Amino acid sequence: MKLRFTPIMAFLGFVFLYGPIFSLVIYSFNKSKLVTVWGGWSTKWYGELFANEQIMDAAWLSLKIGVTSASVATVFGTMMAMVLVRFKKVRGRGLMGGMITGPLVMPDVIIGLSLLLLFVSMQSLIGWPAGRGLTTILIAHITFNMAFVTVVVQSRLSDMDDSIEEAALDLGASPTRVFFDITLPMITPALISGWLLAFTLSLDDLVISSFVSGPGATTLPMVIFSKVRLGVSPDINALASLIVLVVSVGIVISAILMRKKPK
Amino acid sequence: MSNSKLARRFVIAVPNIWLILFFMIPFLVVLKISLAEPRIAIPPYSPLWEWVNGEIKFNINFENYAYMWEDTLYINAYLSSIKIAAISTLLTLLIGYPMAHYIARSPEPKRSILLLLVILPFWTSFLLRVYAWIGILKTKGILNAVLLWAGIIDEPLIIMQTDIAVYIGIVYTYLPFLILPLYANLVKLDDTLLEASRDLGASRISSFFRITLPLSMPGIIAGCMLVFIPVLGEYVIPALLGGPDTLMIGKVLWTEYFGNRDWPVASAVAIVMLIIMLIPIMVLRRAQSKGAEI
Repeated sequence: MKLRFTPIMAFLGFVFLYGPIFSLVIYSFNKSKLVTVWGGWSTKWYGELFANEQIMDAAWLSLKIGVTSASVATVFGTMMAMVLVRFKKVRGRGLMGGMITGPLVMPDVIIGLSLLLLFVSMQSLIGWPAGRGLTTILIAHITFNMAFVTVVVQSRLSDMDDSIEEAALDLGASPTRVFFDITLPMITPALISGWLLAFTLSLDDLVISSFVSGPGATTLPMVIFSKVRLGVSPDINALASLIVLVVSVGIVISAILMRKKPK
Repeated sequence: MSNSKLARRFVIAVPNIWLILFFMIPFLVVLKISLAEPRIAIPPYSPLWEWVNGEIKFNINFENYAYMWEDTLYINAYLSSIKIAAISTLLTLLIGYPMAHYIARSPEPKRSILLLLVILPFWTSFLLRVYAWIGILKTKGILNAVLLWAGIIDEPLIIMQTDIAVYIGIVYTYLPFLILPLYANLVKLDDTLLEASRDLGASRISSFFRITLPLSMPGIIAGCMLVFIPVLGEYVIPALLGGPDTLMIGKVLWTEYFGNRDWPVASAVAIVMLIIMLIPIMVLRRAQSKGAEI
């Protein structure tokens, strides 16, 4: 059996993907502050993490923004996906499709700057939003998140057989009833993964939030960024490990959910 | 009947009005401010039109663009961003293609598990994954410790704060963006084509170059563009892993806004960046609609 090229490359690729993550997890348990020195196992950085009020406040703010923006974005994104896939006679579907891919590829610095300039102009024109903070971050996150939710729900909707929906319509059900009784239960797995994707993206965003945030609102990535610019800090390793743990559990659960409900 | 029509209008209107208001109009605002003059005031730019004695007076100036053209910093930053984005896209493709190919050719359930393994890091914090590389690449970091211990090098390598660190960071964080569309394409590849070419005597390598590679072109293009476009405007990776010499336009825009507080120039930088990005975005849209046809 001779060694094949692709499996080896794939294996190395996975090592490349996971090596850095494992290094974060392992060093979060390192007693020593230095990366190169192993001071023995310790959970003291986890203690320090939870005692750090600045990080905890920022984490709480980020969670609030994440849950709210993901939920609103899931509603808007599902509406957009319905329009793009099911509303066949709508004019300008191509234009809408182009508009929704915009936030997916646009660099964060441009989205951030453009939204900030919009908020500033709006404030001087109509007095809203008054100042920048939670509200402006929420608006920004809903905007880019709904694009991601649309893509997830859109692919589910176009894979789905629409004959059941058509049958219900033929039998006299109203389109609204068809959506809530038939379409919605069928796309629920996509809604869950869309929501989770939006939530993680919101929790992760540094650049856009930095542009549209005000003095009172510091999100978790903003705190992390200002800390890690100064170098490695072990409590951030602890934080990263916790995030990896939560994400892995979440992914596994959603994978099981997705598999339970095949097309 | 009219009730459901109303509901239908509502479903169309809500997401579209939101996107027009918070995604399209902001670009017009950026365009407008890029034509204004910087001022020390709140907001720090001049209005484009003013009412003077009942007459409207326009103050449109292209000086921000002229300034960008004269100061070589900006042109160099654009060129350097394109270069960094192109090289890292190529590197990502070289690493990602074998992975996507291997996953697409694997039997279930191995395929789903491997795919999950590709997606998983993509869900953990981007910022923290970039940060992980600081601990690995810095002079007293893990990589140097391992290489010194193994006797491969005598002196620690200086990788942090160089362009090499930026390339590593980009390839690492953008790898899933390339693998996923490529996988989606490769998994649809008809096995009978490969079997036929093998039966007709083609070698494994030659069937790869004559069948798999050409058929996966839409996936390659889509994947590459999904890496190339966002990397052009990347800020976090050059800021954390790059050095003072790492020139990228995202970093320039950030400094222009947060450091110099020059909003008009920052806007002009953004507008030129958008124009540069139009071409790869159009290539991406074409590849995506082609990929949908297969």
